[in-house]
Amino acid sequence: MGFWSFFFILVVLGLSVHWLATNKALKLNAKLEKGSKLPSLPSYYGTYSLLLIIFPTSSLFLLWLVGKPFILEYILLQNIPEQLSANFDGDPSMLIDSIKAVDLERVFPGTNPLIVESATYFKNLNNYSNSFAYFSILIVAFLSSYISLKKISTTFKARQAVEKSNINLLIFSSTIAIITTIGIVFSLIFEALRFFDEIPFFDFLFGLAWSPQTAIREGQVASQGAFGAIPIFSGTLLITLIAMSVAIPVGLLSAVYLSEYATPKVRQTFKPILEILAGVPTVVYGFFAAITVGPFFKDLASYSGFNIASESAIAAGGVMGIMIIPFISSLSDDVISAVPQSLRDGSYAMGATKSETVKNIILPAALPGIIGAILLAVSRAIGETMIVVMAAGIAANLTANPFESVTTVTVQIVTLLIGDQEFDSAKTLAAFALGITLFVATLFLNLLALRIVSKYRERYE
Amino acid sequence: MNNLKKIEYSLKKRKRQESRFKIYGLLGIATAVTFLCIILSSIVMEGKKAFLSTYIKLEVYFDPDIIYTNNDQKEEDIKFANFQKIIKNSLNSFFPEISDKDELRKLSNFISSSEEENLMKLVLKNKQLVGQKITLWLLASSKIDVINKNPDMELIAEEDRLISDLELNWLNEIRSANNIKSNFNKNFFVKADSTEPEQAGIWGSLVGSFFTLFITLILSFPIAVAAGVFLEELAPKNKFTDFIEVNINNLAAVPSIIFGLLGLAIFLNVMHLPRSAPIVGGMVLALMTLPTIIIATRASLKAVPPSIREAAIGLGATKFQTVTHHVLPLSLPGILTGTIIGMSQALGESAPLLMIGMVAFIVDVPGSFLDSSTVLPVQIYLWKSTAARGFVELTAAGVMVLLSFLILMNGIAVFIRQKFEKKW
Repeated sequence: MGFWSFFFILVVLGLSVHWLATNKALKLNAKLEKGSKLPSLPSYYGTYSLLLIIFPTSSLFLLWLVGKPFILEYILLQNIPEQLSANFDGDPSMLIDSIKAVDLERVFPGTNPLIVESATYFKNLNNYSNSFAYFSILIVAFLSSYISLKKISTTFKARQAVEKSNINLLIFSSTIAIITTIGIVFSLIFEALRFFDEIPFFDFLFGLAWSPQTAIREGQVASQGAFGAIPIFSGTLLITLIAMSVAIPVGLLSAVYLSEYATPKVRQTFKPILEILAGVPTVVYGFFAAITVGPFFKDLASYSGFNIASESAIAAGGVMGIMIIPFISSLSDDVISAVPQSLRDGSYAMGATKSETVKNIILPAALPGIIGAILLAVSRAIGETMIVVMAAGIAANLTANPFESVTTVTVQIVTLLIGDQEFDSAKTLAAFALGITLFVATLFLNLLALRIVSKYRERYE
Repeated sequence: MNNLKKIEYSLKKRKRQESRFKIYGLLGIATAVTFLCIILSSIVMEGKKAFLSTYIKLEVYFDPDIIYTNNDQKEEDIKFANFQKIIKNSLNSFFPEISDKDELRKLSNFISSSEEENLMKLVLKNKQLVGQKITLWLLASSKIDVINKNPDMELIAEEDRLISDLELNWLNEIRSANNIKSNFNKNFFVKADSTEPEQAGIWGSLVGSFFTLFITLILSFPIAVAAGVFLEELAPKNKFTDFIEVNINNLAAVPSIIFGLLGLAIFLNVMHLPRSAPIVGGMVLALMTLPTIIIATRASLKAVPPSIREAAIGLGATKFQTVTHHVLPLSLPGILTGTIIGMSQALGESAPLLMIGMVAFIVDVPGSFLDSSTVLPVQIYLWKSTAARGFVELTAAGVMVLLSFLILMNGIAVFIRQKFEKKW
């Protein structure tokens, strides 16, 4: 049985059971005397029957999808001809892979006939097992529809049952967020721990040299590989610092102007324009930084007699700053607008000008919120990937000179993981160690920022 | 009197300060707006060139001696015929004075290698062409195209230029014979990636983006709406729901590359899903988009006035019925707006997709959710990392396509908001 015929039968079954159950409930209602009707509306009985088909079949189907490869491989391994497994030097999993790789339509001349035989066996096994699984799922579906149709009676409260299962579904949906977080933490920790088995934790955190090129093949002449992350952290900090020194003044001044000086009309036009900056994909900023800004600084420097890298920190950082402007401006705009009008009025009444009010009253009052915004922006900046991948360097230089090329955590994660890698090498695992450092740092900044912002909100609400 | 003067003096100073501060604010906005204009204009300036490609007019002679090598005039012969030589000969007939082998090879590099296949198809369709001489516009190779579109490049010193002085002279001869034209670059919109800039197109990655976003939408929309409804309308206030909320807020701020690591470690290495496939990309992006849609859902549910709920409950509806029959339909425009904005973020996202191998060089347009494919922003990244000069324009043009899709999506979101959203 193919998938689509299975699916078609299931859909028809579901629809007809819904109809049957609703009709049965309607008839039952018509038979009953007035005042003693079924406890729920007839359509709820239909929905209940439908759900009773959907839940078991879809969970069985998912179970089959997940479990199928393991079951089939096990059966295949049991049925491989002895000659084949005896003569094959290597892992049995490699044998299975080579059996799976055989294309039965076009067998390479010279392929071991035993392997071809096993491949044919595997193909048949695959087809039969699929048909078997679909068939059993259909049987379950028929059984559950029979049960649900039987259940319709004056004592069965279908609405309660339907609502309860729906609410459970909603609860499950909202736990996806938790599952994702757990997934992130575990996948990062798991791989990072394997990395720290090879490289001591403190060597990673405080080492001054980073050159992750280890020998790929045994006996290859290659550097031993150093995994000291300080140059990467310092590069990240440098680029973040440059980004912030662009974004904070521009963003903050725009926010003050828009919330305190601008007429409503000006505000309505310029706020969306600033938000366009936030909507531009980061790959576009990266392209801009690499093609326009990088060469611009390089030319500027060569005019004045310097020689700087075209992948300088200032190009990547500056463009990242542009990207973050709307982030800071809209968040600080919110907190500045949340400062109560009474504070402003008090200041004006004392004869202060607008700018004095802003500087002496509003900004100090909004300071916690602004700091929260800045922290969120910093966390954005250190996690930003595409701009630095496209415009910053790969070499890990330990420098504070913004005109030199530096690298960041995200750049290293990308360069370590792009391309085909052995999954167990220290090089690949290092990406996960960097990943968990990044995750922890941004998590800390985010929680701190959210706490500051919510504390501040409480104060004025 | 003295005090009054002091006040007058300080007043002047304070007013100056006031106007200065105002100018600073204006400068801040002006800077941001200027940056935006510079970014957009530099991309449009570069990208608009990619929408044209250069064609060279040639007298092509379909030499039977070259096409029918076996004298039995079969189709197979045409398929394996040396059309490169035919192009070379027709170029040579335009420049009869060139006989040096090396120079001839350089000359034949004027025409894109894709034209060999096109000529082959042309002959296959119409076998009468063999033995005839016809005038055709052939697609120029990328370096000729770049030089032709950027006249200022001819002024650079020879060693820094894409083509030598000799080749430039040939090009000028072709120009003076009026045998060169720029036409709409169709390849860009119908082809997938290629090693040759003049043959590379955006269509393959657009299809990849479509498949990926489709998966993202069908996964994230129902889950996010369900979660938003539960948290906003039905959830009891307790530690568990607080924990969910903290998680969602935090997920919204986790760097996107971390989601890529999650996808690599779990979807690829534990679940053994195919690398580079839209289905994995879609799952990763769905996890990223969830918080956006959940937050939008909650905001628009919150905007529905409580009187609606009270009326429904007053008429005997259960809480669940109230939500599904009344509150949710009313907040649907807001939810859809949030979803479209989340989708447009997902369309522009590339970092997590790099982690799960969607950066492969893919020449075929993907046909299903399991085929290897790439997406629009990653294609832009790939082209940017390619050294050939012709890809710069292509990258910028790719950015323009990406931005126009984003503008379209956000435009739809704004339209839905203004047309359907109720103000209570």
